[in-house]
Amino acid sequence: MANKLIVSLSPHAHGTDSVEKNMYGVIIALLPALIVSFIYFGLGSAIVCCTSVLACVFFEWAITKFILKRERNTICDGSAILTGLLLGFNLSSNLPIWIILIGALVAIGIGKMTFGGLGCNPFNPALVGRAFLLVSFPVQMTTWPVPGQIGINGYIDAETGATPLAIMKEAIKSGDASVLSKLPDSLSLALGNSGNFGAGSLGEVCALALIIGGIYMIVRKIITWHIPVSILLTVFVFSGLMHLANPIYASPVDVLLSGGLMLGAIFMATDYVTSPMTKKGQLIYGVSIGVLTVAIRYFGAYPEGMSFAILIMNAFTPLINNYCKPKRYGEVVK
Amino acid sequence: MNVILTAVIVLGAVGLIAAVVLFFVSKKFAVKEDPRIALVNEVLPGANCGGCGFPGCGGMASACVKAADSGSLEGLNCPVGGSAVMSQVASILGMEAAVSDPKVAVVRCNGSCENRPRIAEYDGLKTCRVVHSCGAGETGCGNGCLGCGDCVAACKFDAIHINPSTGIPEVDEEKCVACGACVKACPRNIIELRLKGKNNRRVWVGCVNQDKGPAAMKACKVSCIACGKCVKECKFDAIAIQGNVSYIDDEKCKACRACMKVCPRECIYDANFPKSIKEVMKAEAERKAAAEAKAKAEAEKSAAQNVTETKPKEKEE
Amino acid sequence: MRTFRIGGVHPEENKLSHEVATVPAELPKQAVFPLSQHIGAPAKPVVERGQEVKVGTLLAEAGGFVSAPIYSSVSGKVAKIDTVVDATGYRKPAIYINVVGDEWEESIDRSDKLETLAAHPELTPEEIINRVKVAGVTGMGGAGFPTFIKLTPPPTAKATCVIINAVECEPYITSDYRLMMEKSDEIIVGIDLLMKAVKVDKGYIGIECNKPKAIDLFKQKLASRPEIEVVPLQQRYPQGGEKQLVDAVIRRQVPAPPAIPVNVGAVVQNVGTAFAVYEAVMKHKPLFERYVTVTGKKIAHPGNFLVRMGTPMIQLIDACGGMPEGDNKLLAGGPMMGKALTSVEVPVCKGTNSVTVLSGDDAKRKAPQPCIRCAKCVSACPMGLEPYLLAKLSDKEEWGRLEKEMITSCIECGSCQFTCPAHRPLLDNIRIGKTTVMGIIRSRSAKK
Repeated sequence: MANKLIVSLSPHAHGTDSVEKNMYGVIIALLPALIVSFIYFGLGSAIVCCTSVLACVFFEWAITKFILKRERNTICDGSAILTGLLLGFNLSSNLPIWIILIGALVAIGIGKMTFGGLGCNPFNPALVGRAFLLVSFPVQMTTWPVPGQIGINGYIDAETGATPLAIMKEAIKSGDASVLSKLPDSLSLALGNSGNFGAGSLGEVCALALIIGGIYMIVRKIITWHIPVSILLTVFVFSGLMHLANPIYASPVDVLLSGGLMLGAIFMATDYVTSPMTKKGQLIYGVSIGVLTVAIRYFGAYPEGMSFAILIMNAFTPLINNYCKPKRYGEVVK
Repeated sequence: MNVILTAVIVLGAVGLIAAVVLFFVSKKFAVKEDPRIALVNEVLPGANCGGCGFPGCGGMASACVKAADSGSLEGLNCPVGGSAVMSQVASILGMEAAVSDPKVAVVRCNGSCENRPRIAEYDGLKTCRVVHSCGAGETGCGNGCLGCGDCVAACKFDAIHINPSTGIPEVDEEKCVACGACVKACPRNIIELRLKGKNNRRVWVGCVNQDKGPAAMKACKVSCIACGKCVKECKFDAIAIQGNVSYIDDEKCKACRACMKVCPRECIYDANFPKSIKEVMKAEAERKAAAEAKAKAEAEKSAAQNVTETKPKEKEE
Repeated sequence: MRTFRIGGVHPEENKLSHEVATVPAELPKQAVFPLSQHIGAPAKPVVERGQEVKVGTLLAEAGGFVSAPIYSSVSGKVAKIDTVVDATGYRKPAIYINVVGDEWEESIDRSDKLETLAAHPELTPEEIINRVKVAGVTGMGGAGFPTFIKLTPPPTAKATCVIINAVECEPYITSDYRLMMEKSDEIIVGIDLLMKAVKVDKGYIGIECNKPKAIDLFKQKLASRPEIEVVPLQQRYPQGGEKQLVDAVIRRQVPAPPAIPVNVGAVVQNVGTAFAVYEAVMKHKPLFERYVTVTGKKIAHPGNFLVRMGTPMIQLIDACGGMPEGDNKLLAGGPMMGKALTSVEVPVCKGTNSVTVLSGDDAKRKAPQPCIRCAKCVSACPMGLEPYLLAKLSDKEEWGRLEKEMITSCIECGSCQFTCPAHRPLLDNIRIGKTTVMGIIRSRSAKK
């Protein structure tokens, strides 16, 4: 018989979903925020993002090829591009290229490939990179240019400013609620055009663009609502209670819209590999991240707590997976 | 100065208390282990292969000690260390070791791509167990080797490898310790532990196909069709047909290779003989032919002599 | 609209032969009857080589309690008792019959007259079950569990309703749908018989809403029969799984194995089985023919056939335009749970609801990628298991943990593998784990 029959175990049908679709879906969801960052930070943002993405892809390719010596390279599945993009979003738009390269190397090399590549990393690679840079280069990592500097100057010699989070921290430290009046109003926080006191990493300034991306991902079923909503709700409730107890803590709406909270809740915490598998687990994970974030922001040394909160909960993910089982069929008797 | 002194005193005190606590706890919760177990464990190879049937060498060691206490080491054998290790174990425990003949893993299938036509293409997880549960596999033989290498993965001694040209695993008898891991891993029971035999010479049926003649013939060129010729040929009653396939009992087999000469399917194999059976058969055939030729020549000669002898008679007459 | 509450996926339907009316398939030249067409012990042959048989002659009797007899679907002569490659992919014992003519046993009522239960008061539950048993009726949905056993629930459980599985959630297959459209009256009598056999007065027919015509037809015919309820269900795979159907229709969940649906009061029967029960009880016709869908995207004329069992599949495929060019995948059943066959000569058996041919890219799996732990398999699993974990543990041979993670609950529906974006062979691994763990459990209970 010339034509062979193909055999395998069932199922013989397969859905149209694929790793690439999911990864590029997240990248598409990041596009609004990317465009906004181009508008606010201009060339600086483009340089940082491109460097970060290219460096991540290159390191993944090089490590797979020369160190792991695997035949199949995984750079086409979009995960390295995504890591690069997220890393770039977490950096300020005037960061020197060599620091970005170090960040990308740590993110891909230590954060991802040492554990075996895609699917094996316990921590979100982009956050590993960012955390490494934050503790290694604290000065560069915490000087943020203010939005609205489009030209090359925005990269080389940018005018820097205070982030909303720094203002909040200052209010808490000084115990003076009037410091908070320097905060931009909620609308400009959401849009990101908050002038001299609205500085930040290039991906985090516009909460609205990130929310649009999040809704896109939920509609496309790339992520479920559980993690982002539980984080945001927890932060809202926790910071709202603090605000009611003592007005030196900023209002919950401002807390939600400022800093990397949206970026973290929607794009970083929902990373497939490092988040829990079950709905119950995802809710626990989300709530814990929310509590940790606010706790670090209000009581910790750093003004921003999102990335550390996610990294801490990444470490707990295997434990959550072990104890949070899905509802088995037959458990709800009658 | 004062600070240093306080620190030294405090730390020293903490250390002392911890040491006391540790001392008493270790006394209290000490696990009493027979010292012989450690000794036995020492002489075992430490491969933790599980070939003895216990989970690792530690398990084997405690089983040996237990067995020694109950009086006999029978049934316990370390396939890796063989009788050398077992006699050492026995001397530690003051016993006599049960002697067992060395064995080796034998792959009873020769269904290479050449011999066994592929009728289907398997497209799934490439492990023998999965293919086995999926059906007969890529060939028409429901008993033969699937070639996905579960045995290779199971071997801890790097002694079995898939031959890329045939797709069938081959055992490296130098390395094989007959731990039986591959036997357990094979879902089709193709691999068997057989006696190594005298001078390592052994004979076995290299087929486990249980189909009836025509189906077996169609599936593979070198399949056993249970014709029974080998059974008749064997002088030592070592061959029997079970479930449509011939099987040579390695305890009874004397490695005379008479069965190989008659097998029409050439599915009986040998190892470590100086000459292949074909050479032997050829030599025998030549010898026979020579003998026949000689006999014929002699017959002719004697006939001629008779003629010559009779002729003179005629002449005489 | 109702559906089951946990997991599920929605594969592309591809019901190519939905509106193609059923035609009887041609008689084969040689019919082959594997002795193991059902779950349980193989049947024992009662015919000899050379013996003349008619349509409906007993060929093999039940080989144990969980077993079913096999009847001839053709008339002719027994050619041999040999082996044949069946749907399992292995050679199994089978009876070969060379077909001569088409002569039926006289006991079979071949008229089209509809017999109703009301006209036969002599049919007690025991009598119905006995006739079903004698006729060799097994589940027609694919698994092939002898029907009479399902109709005699264990004394610890009490049936409260009969659920007819007319879901047909597998893509491609349309044989149940055609049967419903063409034999609705007989099916309803069959449901009456089943309800009487298990002594309940409530019946449900679960039909997925992609068959609106069937739903309307049955609603209309059952308008005056409030005790049999048509339940339209939302399309979702694996709704045709017993446990999922019970959940969808009566909102009860069957506890973990060894519990069976009747432990929550439900006796689930396939719609094809209901029809077979009608024929067995009312027409004295043993189970020897069935509706089969022959389908595939590259098949020229997908269709539905009334097929005598023992007909080789290649004959049906040829009747539909032949095997497509190139490498194909031939399935007994649908693409989600069907068995891939190694031979086109495999005969149609009691459980063969469809002959599906997948061609081109559909026939091949995509290359697996590393697991990205997206948890889509966890959301898709209709049993609330964690397929990614089960597959991983099976690979690492951690049988003890697998048992704790309830691997034995897996119904092997394939939803996890269907939905996996990394195309991982999850179910391949899980099956190995499941068989091993089941073996461990069995040997443990045997020791006790």
